[in-house]
Amino acid sequence: MNVELASVTPSVAPSSVARSSVADDAALVASLFAVDPIGTGGVCLRSAAHPVRDQWLALLRGLLPPGTAWRRIPFNIADGRLLGGLDLVATLKANRPIAERGVLAEADGGVVVLTMAERLAATRAARLNAVLDAGEVVMPREGVWLHNPARVGLVALDEGISDEEGAPPSLLDRLAFPLDLNAVDYRVPLLPAHLADEILAARSLLPSVTADDGVLEALCATAAALGAGSPRVALLALRAACAAAALDGRRRVLEEDAVLAGRLVLAPRATRVPPTAEARDAEPPGQAAQPPPDQPPQPPQQSTDDGSPEDPQADEAAAAEPSAAPEEPQKSEPDQPAADIVLEAVQAAIPAGLLARLRNAAGAAAPGSASRAAVAGRSGALRSSGARGRPAGVRAGAPQGSARLNVIETLRAAAPWQRLRGRVTGPGTGTGAGAGAAERAQRIRVTAEDFRVTRYQQRAQTLTVFVVDASGSAALNRLAEAKGAVELLLADCYVRRDQVAVIGFRGRTAEILLPPTRSLVRAKRSLAALPGGGGTPLATAIEAAHLLAAQALRRGETPTLVLLTDGRANVARDGSGGREVAHGQALAASGALAQARIAALFIDTSPRPNPLAQQLAARMHARYVALPHANAQALSGAVKAAVGRSG
Amino acid sequence: MLATPRPVFPFSAIVGQNEMKLALTISAVDSAVGGVLVFGDRGTGKSTAVRALAALLPPMKAVSGCRYGCDPEAADALCEECRARSLTGPLKAATVPVPVVDMPLGVTEDRVVGALDLERALSQGVKAFEPGLLARANRGFLYIDEVNLLEDHLVDLLIDVAASGENLVEREGLSVRHPSRFVLIGSGNPEEGELRPQLLDRFGLSVEVKTPEELGERVEVVKRRDEFERDRAAFIAKWKKEDDRLRRRIVAGRKTLPGMELPDDVLVAAARLCMQLGTDGLRAELTLIRAARSLASLEQAAAVAVTHLRRVAPSALRHRLRRDPLDESGSAARIERALAEVFGAAESA
Repeated sequence: MNVELASVTPSVAPSSVARSSVADDAALVASLFAVDPIGTGGVCLRSAAHPVRDQWLALLRGLLPPGTAWRRIPFNIADGRLLGGLDLVATLKANRPIAERGVLAEADGGVVVLTMAERLAATRAARLNAVLDAGEVVMPREGVWLHNPARVGLVALDEGISDEEGAPPSLLDRLAFPLDLNAVDYRVPLLPAHLADEILAARSLLPSVTADDGVLEALCATAAALGAGSPRVALLALRAACAAAALDGRRRVLEEDAVLAGRLVLAPRATRVPPTAEARDAEPPGQAAQPPPDQPPQPPQQSTDDGSPEDPQADEAAAAEPSAAPEEPQKSEPDQPAADIVLEAVQAAIPAGLLARLRNAAGAAAPGSASRAAVAGRSGALRSSGARGRPAGVRAGAPQGSARLNVIETLRAAAPWQRLRGRVTGPGTGTGAGAGAAERAQRIRVTAEDFRVTRYQQRAQTLTVFVVDASGSAALNRLAEAKGAVELLLADCYVRRDQVAVIGFRGRTAEILLPPTRSLVRAKRSLAALPGGGGTPLATAIEAAHLLAAQALRRGETPTLVLLTDGRANVARDGSGGREVAHGQALAASGALAQARIAALFIDTSPRPNPLAQQLAARMHARYVALPHANAQALSGAVKAAVGRSG
Repeated sequence: MLATPRPVFPFSAIVGQNEMKLALTISAVDSAVGGVLVFGDRGTGKSTAVRALAALLPPMKAVSGCRYGCDPEAADALCEECRARSLTGPLKAATVPVPVVDMPLGVTEDRVVGALDLERALSQGVKAFEPGLLARANRGFLYIDEVNLLEDHLVDLLIDVAASGENLVEREGLSVRHPSRFVLIGSGNPEEGELRPQLLDRFGLSVEVKTPEELGERVEVVKRRDEFERDRAAFIAKWKKEDDRLRRRIVAGRKTLPGMELPDDVLVAAARLCMQLGTDGLRAELTLIRAARSLASLEQAAAVAVTHLRRVAPSALRHRLRRDPLDESGSAARIERALAEVFGAAESA
């Protein structure tokens, strides 16, 4: 966590050292962000706590002008520290309310480093987002009006490992640069791409940098074609392109800046593979990718004639546009519009792994279900009540039921009123004859209104993981019926606002067909697309489900597994055949599940109850139900009972 | 109190999102329609639109010096202070802007409902009530961004006050009641959590916003935003004429509203539509008709027509449908289907 500048001396840049392009990009991101920390919003640094990350942070700090604020905040920072509130000590001293600035206001004009962003709760992310959007903290808190400028750039340290784990999407949407440092070789020092002086020069040039419509259109088209985020992201890409131009000492954004911005801002967010150039020529533009036609940009009329009959402003804007057009050299080459160039260049920069995953997803006929960005409802609403879960601040209220009194906060709340109460109320209960006036003055008067109780956050959701056996034996034994049963259960899940996930297993592997989501339509679709046939890798499936359930537990959710199988395991974890080994492994996996206290329901889909299945169910402490002939009602009841027991 | 607010993006300059803009305008014409809930994709200008609404609202008359912005002409809705004042003579009125109060997520409960005035308690040892956000929002709009992430105890508060139009404060030895009638506006991203049904019901209209699909629109969004951020004053000046025009339409709509004719066939159509969709209770029908009347007034129509009903139906009914989890078509499609069944497919909006 040390961010000393010891190893980084910007003036020495031995270019002989071979460096990976990832490292180059990382350095470039630091430069661009340093030029415009507020405009570009920030960087989401995906990396384990690692020397490379520290190096990168040190490098960034070295590039920022001296004196730039630099604050580090933990993911679970309290509202009072984040946003500000009443400064108790100063208030009591001065005898008038004195507001305390929060970290965001203290860092105005500088950089805030958020640690463990993957653990950031949606509610806290929303507070951060509001401040990032507004550039100020304006709200009444604890009896004082806060009104402080808070224009900051954010570096979110995201230590997420799996695809499902990461900084909240709403926050990511406000940070220009998603940067994955995991691929950077830590043995090679990370070298700055620019000198601090260059950054300073670029910062002063930045306000006069402009981009013409061609660049804008290219970035928007690329973002749309890649399915990369909201319109906000396109604006961030524009900011990055402007910063790049400024770094190069130009007042005008060129195509190369757009390509760079596209590569750093848009490519990592791609959620779909744009059709190749040939495919695009062959078929009419689809709904996904719409490469801009070879015509001048669309006049804005069609977007402004909303509800207002006449629109002279828009007409003016449209009239002004042609005069700007001739200055754009890209426009004169009708066969290769800027947007295509940028798109092609950016596409080449989509991380290889991402591309492969996207292709797979496209092949699996589940449109848009692949990427992390597309996973809806990943971080659900928190219910803040009760006495379970993570502590999440305090609220006013009497300590009754399960609410616990927070003594410090209660005293804090009582403190400002002491003077007032001292006059109004009479002497407190004397502890003896010797308790004089002085001692009484020392006593703090706490009244019912001061009571503060600790709030705990608890996921309101449960996650139901369906593990569906699609092996040959199960397919024989009514895979279709199992699917039908799951559909009925899905309706129950909907009523309870559960999240659902679907794991299918057959052949040698178990596959997460649907990561946790609340979209039941998608669950239904993913299930319908599940083909049958192949071996029964039961152990692998149980382990996959265990993993998913464990992740849910860590998020504070309550997972329940619903396993639909005939229990005839015949494929071992390593993919080899053999009933005995496979069954033994499945038993072991079941035991691990029971140990983790994950609630499970075992639905035996064999034609008649199978002792092996019963054995497995017993080992995983699961409720065992033999799927009666198409009696979905009984099944639904069983799940309700299982879920009720767990939640 | 607040310093001068930062200039906000002009309402007219928001690209596309017509349903959202129309719903907000409708509620500006007739606050009885009930609030607006804007749910949808990230970065689609949800909060921008709501904050921009403030600039469009024509100023109102309020009792001068009243902390709750009482209406001098509405004798039955006065706060206790104004009622006492009105006994001694006629109330003095002043023209003030309609409040559009932002309720941020980090706000503390005491500042929402109001509490002891800390300053006076500390310096003078006086018990005095300092009104909170609910007092400020009286007769105006209360906006909650990320409303689905609002903490439960604040939601409870809101649900109660939004229904009763009155804020009751019983804390720190104070006992205060004051009017708090506001139009509730909420926005959020449904991916981050759902809304309690009781709170959902407090919103008259609900609109869904989507990322624009069309490239030209997307370019325009980014372009205008960029222009705005580079020079806010100039951008606002550029769109002022357009905003002024819309404000005049709202004022004219408000004038037309009380006399707006409501033919029986529209009432029947509204009832049939709600029956077809199986919406709960009368609220849906009432909101539907009010919204249609507000739209007709906004457009200076001679009478409310079925076409008005059709246009507001998705916003007025979307959040009141009993949901069928396995129906792949969204609520919009179901309303569209019901509309086609009730009015015939030929008569498209």
